[in-house]
Amino acid sequence: MSVLHVNNVSKSYGKHQILCNVQFSAQQGQIVGLIGPSGSGKTTIIKIVMGMDHPSAGNVEVLQKQVPDLRLLKQIGYMAQSDALYQDLTGYENLTFFASMFLMSKKEQQERISYVVNLVQLESAIKKRVATYSGGMKRRLSLAVALIQNPPLLILDEPTVGIDPELRKSIWQELTRLKNEEQKTIIVTTHVMDEAEKCDDLVMIREGRVITTGSPQKLKDDYQVTTLEEVFLKAGGEAHAHQSIS
Amino acid sequence: MRIRALVRRIVLQLVRDKRTLALLFIAPLLILTLMHFLFTSNGVPSKIGIEGLSSEMVERLEKLEIDVVSFQETSDIEDTIIDNELDGYLVSEGETLSLTVENTDPSRSNLLQAKIQQAISSGPSELVESGFKTNYIYGSEHTSFFDVLSPILVGFFVFFFVFLISGIGLLRERMTGTLERLLSTPIRRWEIVVGYLIGYGLFAIIQTIIVVVYAVNVLDMVLVGSIWHVLVTNVLIALVALSLGILLSSFAASEFQMIQFIPLVIVPQVFFTGIIPIAGMPEWLQIFSKVMPISYGANALKSIMYKGTGLSEVLTDLLVLIGFATVFIALNIVALKKYREI
Ligand SMILES: Nc1ncnc2c1ncn2[C@@H]1O[C@H](COP(=O)(O)OP(=O)(O)OP(=O)(O)O)[C@@H](O)[C@H]1O
Ligand SMILES: [Mg+2]
Repeated sequence: MSVLHVNNVSKSYGKHQILCNVQFSAQQGQIVGLIGPSGSGKTTIIKIVMGMDHPSAGNVEVLQKQVPDLRLLKQIGYMAQSDALYQDLTGYENLTFFASMFLMSKKEQQERISYVVNLVQLESAIKKRVATYSGGMKRRLSLAVALIQNPPLLILDEPTVGIDPELRKSIWQELTRLKNEEQKTIIVTTHVMDEAEKCDDLVMIREGRVITTGSPQKLKDDYQVTTLEEVFLKAGGEAHAHQSIS
Repeated sequence: MRIRALVRRIVLQLVRDKRTLALLFIAPLLILTLMHFLFTSNGVPSKIGIEGLSSEMVERLEKLEIDVVSFQETSDIEDTIIDNELDGYLVSEGETLSLTVENTDPSRSNLLQAKIQQAISSGPSELVESGFKTNYIYGSEHTSFFDVLSPILVGFFVFFFVFLISGIGLLRERMTGTLERLLSTPIRRWEIVVGYLIGYGLFAIIQTIIVVVYAVNVLDMVLVGSIWHVLVTNVLIALVALSLGILLSSFAASEFQMIQFIPLVIVPQVFFTGIIPIAGMPEWLQIFSKVMPISYGANALKSIMYKGTGLSEVLTDLLVLIGFATVFIALNIVALKKYREI
């Protein structure tokens, strides 16, 4: 079942075209990786999917509903690229606050909070103010907030930046478990190629265009290379060549 | 439920921010106290001559720290005042009282008038109705510059600090990205605005109470009307400041830019509070004063605190304040569309 459909989305700020005919979709129970260099437009795509930004052309459909739709926001767990947390509140208070936004019962709140806190291994720091957290701890708390309402679709913008390899591994294990056992759909953006390997489907983006899509294995086969880095370089080069001809 | 969580969060954040709390609750008191010493005449009680007053009236005047000197019929009130270095001369002419003030220091004259008004108010009702008329030896009632300063100051400080703190509060939420994050949850735009109004409104009410109680009880600010009416008016002023502050914060990209609104938004309002008589301004400027929320608040406060009128007499001013707040609140809800269209 298709959970996310991005249809021919273009976006310009003034004369600057940031996205150009972006098209991809995600099936239920899939991890889809958006990969591309800095400034290629990944965050812009995610904001458009969340309904926080308006596409100049094209449209987005999530869970059979046209974006923007207020009802969708309960179904999407969102983690922004920069941590958006209340610094003068404790981690626990942050989680309670966001849980209240989803109108959860007290009991449900407690259950979900202890689950997500355990997942991101923040038990020891949860009663401390966020202002005292390290970068990685903030990242983990942001991830916990994204999971708080147990949404079927997760949209995570660079979730593992600043997180140490061990914890990064355990987070990816958990994402994979969520996908397999709970049939969650997960969209992640990343720069890291070994994370890209763990995705079911990749959408490679360069200068606001989708240069190629497919599973990591299929992409490597198609371009007859052994690493995703090479795929990226090769596909990017072709797209460039193609662009300059047309 | 969402609003309650939002209010709880705002309260929690502000309570932990001791410095902002101090700015909100202590700074107005410090400035008011300073202004008080700057603009009230140096503590010497007013000295007036009286003629033909009842002994109860004299007693009431003395209670208000007025030095009373009795005179037999005087042929020339002006000479009597000047020769005896009096601040004023109060004569009972049948039903009505007539006050002549020396008026070289308008703020002193006004204090005296307000005190006499107060003395009359606490007396028998037929006196209250007929009131008293004032004659000036020097200048006229229009010469006064600071006569209405104190009620205006109360309203102004409430406006200023609430404006600044609520504006910066929402601004910080924009800058740290939490507003955007908040709008990625199913909260409705109006719920955010209402949550903010209630959260900061609670602090604004506490601030208003502290400022008014301090001004009246510690600084002995003249209050002829009811303190409740003063509070109601100030709460409305705070509501306008609150909604305007969070609205303007959407046009600021940093705290510094928020501060830049002070000369643009706050300072002009000071000129139109009535500190400078509006009636004497060119017509186009008078029209300008109509769009200044503070001018209505100050007007209402002046009436209540000096003239002792009730809420019904200042109803128009209060309704205009409510109108301003309503418009600003609606604009706030629309302004949040920048982050989410629905
Ligand atoms: N509000 C905006 N106004 C103008 N240009 C913008 C705006 N937001 C983003 N851009 C531009 O859009 C392009 C894509 O930005 P985006 O944040 O989507 O990149 P990204 O792929 O997420 O990069 P990174 O990996 O560094 O996070 C950039 O060139 C950026 O300058
Ligand atoms: Mg990005």
